[in-house]
Amino acid sequence: MKGMTIIVKTITRWVKLFIFLFGIYVTLTGHLSPGGGFAGGVILACSFILLTLAYGKEYALSRLSLKTAKSLDSIGALIFLLTALIGMWVTNVFFDNVLQKLFPGTDFMLYSSGFIPLYNIGICLKVGAPLFVTFIVMAAMRIRINDKGEREIIQEEEEE
Amino acid sequence: MMNSILPLFVAIPLGASFLIALVSRKRKLPADIIANLSTLSLLVLSIIIFQARGVYKIGGWLPPAGINWVLDGFSNLFLVIINLISICATVFSIKYMKHYTGVYKYYSLFLLMTAGMNGVVLTGDMFNLFVFLEIASIASYALVAFGGEHEELEASFKYLVLGSLGSILILLGIALVYGMTGYLNMASISKAISSSGIGQVHIFAALLFITGFGIKAALVPFHSWLPDAHPSAPAPISAMLSGVLIKAIGIYSLIRIFFNVFGMNSIFGGMLIGIGILSMVIGVFLAVGQWDLKRLLAYHSISQMGYVILGIGLGGFIIANGGSLIVASLAFLGGLFHLLNHSVFKSLLFLCSGSIENATGTRQLKEMGGLLKKMPVTGTTCTIASLSIAGVPPFNGFWSKLIIVIAAMQAGYYIIGFVTILVSFVTLVSFLKVMRYSLWGPVSGILANVKESPVLMVLPLVLLALLCIGMGVIALPGVTEVVLKPAIEVLVRGAEYAGYVFSQL
Amino acid sequence: MVFALCFVLFLTGLYCILTKKNTVKIIIGLSIMEAGVNLFLVLLGYKNDGVVPIIDRSTDIVHFLAYSVDPLPQALVLTSIVIGLGTIALGIALCMRLYVKYGTFDIAEIRRLKG
Repeated sequence: MKGMTIIVKTITRWVKLFIFLFGIYVTLTGHLSPGGGFAGGVILACSFILLTLAYGKEYALSRLSLKTAKSLDSIGALIFLLTALIGMWVTNVFFDNVLQKLFPGTDFMLYSSGFIPLYNIGICLKVGAPLFVTFIVMAAMRIRINDKGEREIIQEEEEE
Repeated sequence: MMNSILPLFVAIPLGASFLIALVSRKRKLPADIIANLSTLSLLVLSIIIFQARGVYKIGGWLPPAGINWVLDGFSNLFLVIINLISICATVFSIKYMKHYTGVYKYYSLFLLMTAGMNGVVLTGDMFNLFVFLEIASIASYALVAFGGEHEELEASFKYLVLGSLGSILILLGIALVYGMTGYLNMASISKAISSSGIGQVHIFAALLFITGFGIKAALVPFHSWLPDAHPSAPAPISAMLSGVLIKAIGIYSLIRIFFNVFGMNSIFGGMLIGIGILSMVIGVFLAVGQWDLKRLLAYHSISQMGYVILGIGLGGFIIANGGSLIVASLAFLGGLFHLLNHSVFKSLLFLCSGSIENATGTRQLKEMGGLLKKMPVTGTTCTIASLSIAGVPPFNGFWSKLIIVIAAMQAGYYIIGFVTILVSFVTLVSFLKVMRYSLWGPVSGILANVKESPVLMVLPLVLLALLCIGMGVIALPGVTEVVLKPAIEVLVRGAEYAGYVFSQL
Repeated sequence: MVFALCFVLFLTGLYCILTKKNTVKIIIGLSIMEAGVNLFLVLLGYKNDGVVPIIDRSTDIVHFLAYSVDPLPQALVLTSIVIGLGTIALGIALCMRLYVKYGTFDIAEIRRLKG
């Protein structure tokens, strides 16, 4: 994949950062306004997918390699689980929002709901990274015919 | 004690699953260690809380707004079964999965599936049940395709389409129930339904649930994916799928919803009996003609699930018709005991088939022969499991089948009892064929160099075989009170579920 | 009336699964069915003249309580959309793998398993 025309590349260069920041904004204010981890994660993944479409796969993968994306996926899930377990450790209740009970914030402020932004960050990583990986793996799959006349997948990424 | 342990049943396997995906991508050893430790700890925990009862509020939110988990005798029984078979399967996997690539993905999915099943049996909330059910199902679709060859992919595709169809029907049923009652909490729904009575929409939802969970449990009109999917998976996964997955996400949910949420009546009971007999008879007759060992075992899973549903449906039918409670609890005892036995001997059989396949490289019965001499431990355990599933006296399968027959006879349904005995004979014939071709007889030429499987593969086989011999004890009066009686109570007093949950809050 | 349309969508998906021979089309049928159920679920929470169930600084609580739509089905639908996404991604991945192995998307030709 070589990428698209100069027009697309230029515009992508301008908007990619804004899309990325918007994704972070949606994630972090998920407890105040519509959005949250899932939507934010999808927007973040979209910014990388836009890079892939405009500049080609190699460029996007040089920014976020598949290996990193897969690790982020697991890290997101572990963040979610650990925050849930903190509640269990402190008050013996799974998913207890301990932070909110100990340090209640003011309503409608960024810090107002304890662990919920942390959950959103976990979900954001968990949704965004696999979406990007899925897109890359599916869109960039190539098939070749090997010597025996069988079809086989060209292994794009040498994964040991 | 319960409060500090219960969430771990989902948290440990989920955490271990993502941890394996994170740290163990290059080497296999950490994945082996983490997976085995987590399943071992789950088994220990499930035994520790076997006597505990109670309701757990996730995040401290009260139902009906919050999600609650309910631990009663029925859930406890399933927790022990699931985690017992998981540990056997993971120990078996250490050597068996040696030749596959990407073993960390296998363990990761395996633990996700375990987390899903543990969640399904613990939860007291309809939508939470759906979510856990989907976690377990999606992991199992991927595990069936794990080999990546022609047959595996085809079977997995078939399983995925039918399985998702079942999930969508279940979701529609949940949506209808939510629309009718305004609750998602099982106890609240149960209370609402018992005060409003069962209307047409409830019956429609019930039919959707029977179809959806019937697909998940591979009961007969919906069974066509099972004989493809279960043999295609790697052997430990076949053992998990046949041994616990169809029970945990199919039979368990079906029973929980019909006995505790909708309340049992004679129409539902009759339907369960009908489906049970159909599964029993059709499954076993399809099994007789098979020559592929794992495919034969898969058909027997359908047939044996028929026994379970028959026993439980019979009990429900007797109670709904105002029959004697003693006979009904006998039928429940038979059904649940058979469920317990089936998960032990069927996983043993699938693990044996994996051990045989690993050593000989074939699954076709006609190419085997004389394995009892070549692989003494696998051969012996396989014999024990075969006799057990066929219902030969000293082994566990005999006692549970006997109890179902006695219950049917005492309730006056002689035809059902007769059919049950007939199916048992056909099962015996089918497994005599397995033993005749694979275990006994002369050693066929190509198998001359076959050796016994390594110790780590044999260990779970021996453990399960000992359970097969010893589990007949559970039918004895003193032991039943401890092991199966709490689960039977949940079924006999199905309508009291809501009161129980609210009293525990 | 609206519920009937959801059911039509559901049946369209079912028809697609039952009659189409192309593996990708079967997966599309699944996603149509799921869309029908999700639509049904989210419509269950609908109220006439309803307001969005989000409390803001300027929200009048009394009016909000009387007119806000039921937020629970929306949460459920979000969850079930995510689950559907997972299923469909897995399904499409399987279709691609099947194409690699069999060289076709036609389920009539993908039949090695019998009996």
